[in-house]
Amino acid sequence: MSLRLPAADESVLARRAQIIADLSAIVPGEGVISREREMKPYDSDGVTAYKQLPLVVVLPQTTEQVSRVLKYCHAGGIRVVPRGAGTSLSGGALPLQDGVLLGMGKFNKILDIDYANRCAVVQPGVTNLGITRAVEHEGFYYAPDPSSQIACTIGGNVGENSGGVHTLKYGLTTNNVLGVEMVLITGEVIRLGGRHLDAGGLDLLAAVIGSEGLLGVVTEVTVRLLKKPDVARAVLVGFPTSEDAGDCVAKIIAAGIIPAGIEMMDRDAIAAAEAFVKVGYPLDVEALLIVELDGPEAECAHLLEEVSRIAAACNSSTLRVSRTEEERLGFWAGRKAAFPAVGRLSPDYLCMDGTIPRKQLPLVLTRMRELSARYGLRVANVFHAGDGNLHPLILYDANQPGEMDKAEAFGADILRLCVQVGGVLTGEHGVGVEKRDLMPEMFDETDLAHQQRLKCAFDDQGLLNPGKVFPTLHRCAELGRMHVSGGQVPFPDLPRF
Amino acid sequence: MTEQVRISDEAELVAAVAAAAADGTRLSIAGRGTKQGIGRPLEVARALDLSALSGVTLYEPEELVLTARAGTPLAEITALLAQNRQMLAFEPMDTGPLFGATSGDGTLGGLFACNLSGPRRLSHGAVRDHALGIRAVSGRGEVFKSGGRVMKNVTGYDLPRMLAGSFGTLAVMSEITLKVLPVPETEETLVVFGLDPSAAARAMSAAMGSSCEVSGAATLPAEIARRRTEAPSDVSVTAFRLEGFAPSVRARRAMLVSVLMPFGAVEVLEEGASRGFWTMVRDALPFAGTGARALWRISTAPMAGPVLGRALSEALGAEAFCDWAGGLVWALMPDEAARAADVRAALAPHGGHATLLRATQAERAGAVFQPLEASLAALTARVKASFDPRAILNPGRMYAGL
Repeated sequence: MSLRLPAADESVLARRAQIIADLSAIVPGEGVISREREMKPYDSDGVTAYKQLPLVVVLPQTTEQVSRVLKYCHAGGIRVVPRGAGTSLSGGALPLQDGVLLGMGKFNKILDIDYANRCAVVQPGVTNLGITRAVEHEGFYYAPDPSSQIACTIGGNVGENSGGVHTLKYGLTTNNVLGVEMVLITGEVIRLGGRHLDAGGLDLLAAVIGSEGLLGVVTEVTVRLLKKPDVARAVLVGFPTSEDAGDCVAKIIAAGIIPAGIEMMDRDAIAAAEAFVKVGYPLDVEALLIVELDGPEAECAHLLEEVSRIAAACNSSTLRVSRTEEERLGFWAGRKAAFPAVGRLSPDYLCMDGTIPRKQLPLVLTRMRELSARYGLRVANVFHAGDGNLHPLILYDANQPGEMDKAEAFGADILRLCVQVGGVLTGEHGVGVEKRDLMPEMFDETDLAHQQRLKCAFDDQGLLNPGKVFPTLHRCAELGRMHVSGGQVPFPDLPRF
Repeated sequence: MTEQVRISDEAELVAAVAAAAADGTRLSIAGRGTKQGIGRPLEVARALDLSALSGVTLYEPEELVLTARAGTPLAEITALLAQNRQMLAFEPMDTGPLFGATSGDGTLGGLFACNLSGPRRLSHGAVRDHALGIRAVSGRGEVFKSGGRVMKNVTGYDLPRMLAGSFGTLAVMSEITLKVLPVPETEETLVVFGLDPSAAARAMSAAMGSSCEVSGAATLPAEIARRRTEAPSDVSVTAFRLEGFAPSVRARRAMLVSVLMPFGAVEVLEEGASRGFWTMVRDALPFAGTGARALWRISTAPMAGPVLGRALSEALGAEAFCDWAGGLVWALMPDEAARAADVRAALAPHGGHATLLRATQAERAGAVFQPLEASLAALTARVKASFDPRAILNPGRMYAGL
């Protein structure tokens, strides 16, 4: 891989043995891993194309240990990469050769469940689904449901502002987290939010959620719990064109209906999913919608009728309403298996994550077909149609020389297209290293400088997760006096990667 | 004498802030000025008037998105949304009545800067939860953008959300993009009379812990209810709002009645009365016309609110009522004295923050916002400096020296 990461600090590499000894004093026992073979499981995250062994892996168990580790690293100018379960789809937890990999997996306890105030206080290593599992016997759940929810941790969700298929109605992580305890790179422990709503001062929690581990290390999270809706029903609708399907989504929303989820799949994705799980998806349609409604039985019944009527008016060619819970889960089984199903069609695939204004979907699909022909690579599309989050899956074979580079170039073109039509580079997977170099497609130097100065306010030496999110590493002192004039890019000599 | 500068487009805004940044001139920022009584008093040489930086620049109802310049009157936006049966779901508070000003004034920028959400904050989130994107001018006199116009976006730090509620101390908003939502087809409110504060807290917790999708839950003690509702004159009022499609509201009414039955008899306020009730709660109307008596807006854990309200009444002679299922306490002091130390001490065991929303200038010279722990205060100062290194934007409005 040709990925460029910040050049390793030779002086840190030279001090490795001492650093390991010092960290072992802070986190005793098996909390420090330094043998190459044992560090191997930490050399990549969900983006397995990028691999890098860290300087050392540290697995603290207490906030105090995290604080002492960060304070030590800050004093010694040592970089730190925080990691949850390592399920990132953007390389957010990719280690650095000269960096401490700070694994938060041992922070796996649920500290308090407060049903009366409808919140839970959990450690960051608790899995997303683990929260729901702990409260579902009382009829509660934690709303954001990224597809990796069985494995991904709430700490990682905070880092990435994770979403899921129900975000139009229930929001992302940022809308469902009330507070955090976090440790700054200086070792200072701060609390933002709590069991109450809104911030008492500046809403720094808003900046921390989705900051991809660049601002601090979260050691405790207070999440909002919701009561589970009485029922959920789904309707499966096929359309002869993606325009018709898009039109149907727009009309549902124009009718004042906010479904719990609206998913769209294109012909290739439908075929792949059906071949894989055989749930009865229609194969003679260009686009398939799954519309899920939840709430009281009476509401679902009423809205299913409305949605069915709207779909018929939008030229739907097939329509099935789930009659049982089993049938509803069947509708979803195909969608949820879409990634592995596409994986069967091809040795490798690249999953993209742009968001677009929904009405641009037909244009984006058309342009994507043109790009597909030009690159000679197939692409299947699944789409969170309610919120405009598009996941094109680019099929390629990494064993064919040059094909991976071609797939990445194709992916970059798709994301540029998303930005051109008014969308964004990433809807839920994060920027990480994967989309870092595309940030200038969306933001100019001034936009990025304002973000990077915020980073400086949290981390003056740029030690936390450097090389992620921002295409250029600036020293904070330089950012402080940066001015852009006449379209001139400042500091042409700075390293860019 | 404060010099007035009227801004009518973004280029003028950039020029005005850049000029101030160059020589360190301190600026105040206002739209229509309806919320200038909130926050610490300002001493500035120049006042930026953004009321002419106005107009909706994008509205796509089927995409649930609206973009408007910061000085756009809120009334213009809500009227436009209403034509498509849509709304700002966070239920923006109208601060006019509390400050003895006209109702229905104010701009989008002012609302965004103050992050003042109404009763539906409980179920639908605050202003900040609906912020999708911004264009703004930082204290460096540079325009920057963040976020976008789509519902789901994690590209870069979430500056739009962070800038909501920053009271103009980090950047001057130029343009704001918000998520909008459909207006519910109908609404009604169920009321239980005569609950004491702790029973009210339990009743609201039970309702919020049910699947009835309550979108407003408030409790008013008798002396406050008496002023503003047609309630029996000597009992408290605890109210629960249901909104949505008619068949759904009907079904949830039946469910909620059974949830509330253990707490007392349940009465129903039909659509019109329900609307009036929640406007009253949203705008803290029981406390309109109380001059400059100190008024606190306190956010705490929902179960703690009603009890805290009573404690403030007993200890300080305050009048208090709760919104957000107990999580928001409005507490009116008996006179102009804010009694900040006492209020914050009463809040401390429960956690949360207290904001002195209205008070005399002298009282507001103290700590209006919740004081911060040392590390967080230092971080806040660094964040402020990163956007506004010369501290020219609304200096001192949130915290002394910032």
